[in-house]
Amino acid sequence: MQSLKRFLNSFLLIELLRGMLVTGRHLFRPKVTVQYPDERTPTSPRFRGLHALRRYPNGEERCIACKLCEATCPAAAITIQSDVRPDGSRRTVRYEIDLFKCIYCGFCEESCPVDSIVETGFNEFHFEQRGDHVIKKEQLLALGDRFEKEIAAARAADAKYR
Amino acid sequence: MSELFLSAWEGLPEWTQFTALSVAKIVAIMVPLILAVAYLTFAERKVIGYMQVRVGPNRVGPRGWLQPIADVVKLLTKEIIVPTRANRFLFITAPLLALAPAFVAWSVIPFTDTLVLADIDASLLFILALTSMGVYGVIVAGWASNSKYAFLGSMRSAAQIVAYEIAMGFALVGVLMAAGSLNLREIVLAQAGDWGFLEWYVLPLLPLFVVYFVAGVAETNRAPFDVAEGESEIVAGFHVEYSGVAFALFFLAEYTNMILISTLASIMFLGGWLSPLPAAWVPDVPVLGALLGSGFHWLLAKVSFLLFCFLWFRATFPRYRYDQIMRLGWKVFIPVTLVWIVLIGVVHFTPWGFIVH
Repeated sequence: MQSLKRFLNSFLLIELLRGMLVTGRHLFRPKVTVQYPDERTPTSPRFRGLHALRRYPNGEERCIACKLCEATCPAAAITIQSDVRPDGSRRTVRYEIDLFKCIYCGFCEESCPVDSIVETGFNEFHFEQRGDHVIKKEQLLALGDRFEKEIAAARAADAKYR
Repeated sequence: MSELFLSAWEGLPEWTQFTALSVAKIVAIMVPLILAVAYLTFAERKVIGYMQVRVGPNRVGPRGWLQPIADVVKLLTKEIIVPTRANRFLFITAPLLALAPAFVAWSVIPFTDTLVLADIDASLLFILALTSMGVYGVIVAGWASNSKYAFLGSMRSAAQIVAYEIAMGFALVGVLMAAGSLNLREIVLAQAGDWGFLEWYVLPLLPLFVVYFVAGVAETNRAPFDVAEGESEIVAGFHVEYSGVAFALFFLAEYTNMILISTLASIMFLGGWLSPLPAAWVPDVPVLGALLGSGFHWLLAKVSFLLFCFLWFRATFPRYRYDQIMRLGWKVFIPVTLVWIVLIGVVHFTPWGFIVH
């Protein structure tokens, strides 16, 4: 009996028609596609995208060349050289991140005692020239200026969980 | 201006007039056909996308309507690479061998009662002969490529087409017995009657219709019978080595064959250009009457539905295993068609013979 039922199910195409009903129903389902450049999915304030170096509101750079980020970086992507500025404060003269080495783990951000190096929510970047993947201190500071608003907002949103 | 044209036309010798007219008719069939193929590829991507809860291509032109044009331009501008050890002559000939039968078969298709390029008496035989010619393109392509994947693909394809050709032929024998004619136009006319769609052969010959359509899917190497291409096992089967225009020709042949199979199925089982409504029900109003009455648009609608089924199958079914394909062809379809042919023959001699005409 069981085998007869199975035979009829496949011989009369009942199984196949049932399968076609499933796909037929999906034809009319609302589509789940996110039209990426036009629509975006929401991102977390903890999102780890491209790096930036922040400044204090008075325009002074935050980084004090403590080299904790360089030490903690698991991919050894950060290179720092420091010097003493004429006013006697300790600052970096060279701060470079190799974005090919970087694994976007966020340890540098976590280790920073002055909230200087951060990872922004910006992740749509590309390189056009050989060597562009090593971003210099000026570029990082420019990125910080460009995204300061978003960075500050993301820090504020996440502050109570730190 | 038109008089000048007419007098120039009259001045031509008769054979020139005949040739020019025939060429014009052929172009009038082929150009819409090629456009239909282009938009069938678009429809395929859209329908499969929708069934997978995606939206499909929508970037080129408004809502993606120019996508097929972009595809064609891309394929035409790509380089044709002939493998070093390949047989150059056969390599170039193979796409043409695949394409030509697919197009030639359209010469005997009746689009309406009067609209047919060549109304020959044995058109069904002609169609059967040509659809099986298509396999040469595949075999030659696989052999000429000098690649084991292409060769395996063409062997699979050849065995499969031979197996399903028989079931397909038997299914058509049933239609022949019912209609009593080999002429496609007369087969459609035999399905006309006072009862509208109840007169179509799809009802008395339902198993044959199913066998014919499934065998048609197998003949065109479409999913779920696409072992000849089998991306996961043998890369792309017989056309791995083809690129650019040569690949485009294979593509064109495959989709032309799909449209051909759908058209034949609608002509032989779904009453071709006939309206599903009985003639007595069609109101004698200018536009509505023409719309509900028999005409080319009904053929178009039936073909579109069957083509949609092709895409539906592809979105639904996983690929058959090779031995299952052979089992289905030889052990299921051929017996089913044979039994049904005998049944038709027997019913003919009973008082219920009118069911199968």
